[in-house]
Amino acid sequence: MTTLNIKTGKVDMGHGSGGRAMSQLIKQLFIKHLNNPLLAQGNDQASFATAAGRMVMSTDGHVISPLFFPGGDIGSLAVHGTVNDVAMAGAKPLYLAAGFILEEGFPLIDLECIVISMAKAADVAGVSVVTGDTKVVERGKGDGVYITTTGVGVVPEGVTISGDRAQPGDVVLLSGSIGDHGVAVLSKRENLDFETTIESDSAALDGLVAAMVAAVPQLHCLRDPTRGGLATSLNELAEQSGVGMQLDESAILVKAQVAAACELLGLDPLYIANEGKLIAICAESDAETLLSVMRAHSLGQDAAIIGRVVADEHQMVQMQTRFGGQRVVDWLAGEQLPRIC
Amino acid sequence: MKYVDEFRDRDQARALAAAISREALPERHYRLMEFCGGHTHAIFRYGVQDLMPDNVEFVHGPGCPVCVLPIACIDEAMQLAQVHGVILCTYADMMRVPAGNRRSLMQAKAEGADIRMIYSTQDALQIARDNPEQHVVFFAIGFETTTPPTAVAIKQAQIQGLKNFSVFCNHVLTPAALGAILKAEQPVVIDGFLGPSHVSTVIGSQAYEPFAQQYAKPIVIAGFEPLDVMQSSLMAIRQINQGRCEVENEYSRAVTRKGNIKAQGLVREVFELRDSFEWRGLGEIKNSALKLRNEFSDFDAEQRFSLTAQPVADIKACDCPAILRGQKKPVDCKLFGTTCTPENPMGSCMVSSEGACAAYWRYGRRRGPAQ
Repeated sequence: MTTLNIKTGKVDMGHGSGGRAMSQLIKQLFIKHLNNPLLAQGNDQASFATAAGRMVMSTDGHVISPLFFPGGDIGSLAVHGTVNDVAMAGAKPLYLAAGFILEEGFPLIDLECIVISMAKAADVAGVSVVTGDTKVVERGKGDGVYITTTGVGVVPEGVTISGDRAQPGDVVLLSGSIGDHGVAVLSKRENLDFETTIESDSAALDGLVAAMVAAVPQLHCLRDPTRGGLATSLNELAEQSGVGMQLDESAILVKAQVAAACELLGLDPLYIANEGKLIAICAESDAETLLSVMRAHSLGQDAAIIGRVVADEHQMVQMQTRFGGQRVVDWLAGEQLPRIC
Repeated sequence: MKYVDEFRDRDQARALAAAISREALPERHYRLMEFCGGHTHAIFRYGVQDLMPDNVEFVHGPGCPVCVLPIACIDEAMQLAQVHGVILCTYADMMRVPAGNRRSLMQAKAEGADIRMIYSTQDALQIARDNPEQHVVFFAIGFETTTPPTAVAIKQAQIQGLKNFSVFCNHVLTPAALGAILKAEQPVVIDGFLGPSHVSTVIGSQAYEPFAQQYAKPIVIAGFEPLDVMQSSLMAIRQINQGRCEVENEYSRAVTRKGNIKAQGLVREVFELRDSFEWRGLGEIKNSALKLRNEFSDFDAEQRFSLTAQPVADIKACDCPAILRGQKKPVDCKLFGTTCTPENPMGSCMVSSEGACAAYWRYGRRRGPAQ
């Protein structure tokens, strides 16, 4: 088999045809970097023994633009996104499957960067990419690379974390600052391009979740506030649990640079995406323990209690503003759009 | 954040609230119209109303450029993209506004029209330079704040000899809207105005002096931060109590009496008054909008393309027009929150980021007591 020209080569239709070119791409690029015994089985599926107890499974498509952004790229994001979705059940993520849709003409060198980044992210998260798929679409029919990852994980015994378990009186915790990911990505969009040193918070949260679940296995809810931001995730939880929430704006950390970018663009950080933060809801009696465990972890150093679950038939999320007033924190409507004056 | 946190300070807000309570006479009711959507959103986003005494009421004004644009204008913009095949560049605020048959630019884009959301007129020029084979139209809307950047773009296009760029001009004038509110046959009861913030940086506070005198209303130019709104309310209440009707400037860190002379000159050079312009909610107002001067007709989309959209009546039950005149509050509208939501808007006030209905929906509906 000839050697793939990664330095100057480009994805062509042959790389998705099922023939030798595809095999070459898989072996010399994907397997080379993502290597593990299950992937090396070389089958159309990965075969592994299942653990006893409950398993969780989640899938996530990644279509981010730009593909490379401060603090990450589509490769690391594709690992973090699914690992976090699995972890939000309190589960330990084990395996990932990855489906790549590549656009004809995409530089192989960029693809290699993305795959290396995936491998590193998977390594840090303690998961293996055990099976995958590659398709190539004609030039103009994709946006470089789309990656869909599916993950499975095992839930420790006695843990039943679910979005419908929030109860009036519960405490709402947040693991750190909001809006970092969205602002980092926006700053690199072609028509915006403003200067900021903010980096995406993209990270695998399974380690943090493992520590939290070990300390407070009776934890009620976990959710990572990705698209739609903190506001949307809290509204989802309120609706699922049939409760309301009362937040304290002054407890919600927004980094100065994120706040400045939002001021400039007319955006509300409550609605900006995060990729390395989580919301936790627990009984009041567990809140201090959970908070200290979160703060002891590198990804939860800035954790804080941001509010409380309240009884509310309308399932509204409300917030005491830093200014001293009260407002509703609604679901995101459409895209957040810049204001004009 | 410097220059922002100072104007959102909780302790200052409490002190101001106490001062307003002392100043507002318990036996009377104060109706203050905040002119701009920016004020309305500050009031709701920060919960300003919670800090005000019950007898000080904010009446929401027409100062939302997206809301006051008649439906036919959006239909014409859509026509430019769909019938004439131009690349239509628009501020993102316009994208979701329902136009004729409740279709929005967002839907036209989904159906294949080349409509691009831009942040600045400079982006539109760049798109024109990048696509020399296609004509690019900038959908220019807004009050005096957004007019100078449009003028700059037209001048630049002229200097650079850009042949494939034009402007669909729908710029409107704030004093004309203020006049329409005051001159209305059945004027809304308003005791004083919180005057425009960003607009006034361009036109200056003197633009409002004739109205304050002729209609005997205090006008306080107010910044868009919550403390600005509260301080301006205090100033307006003082004027009302003392029987004064002056233009005062609370937003002195940005607004002067004469405004931005250079920007005014540029606007005068490129634009002239239209005889009349239809405003949503306020109807036809003479000399209330701008069009391109003849010298710049090459850059005037209205002259280059035939635009034939017919006037479209608002949905009957939609109270946007009365809300824009300050006659109704969003919650008075039968459609608010039932048929009309941000996901399914019946009128522009529900989707514009400065619309009063959007502010009520986003921050204020079923608002509980302050904690």
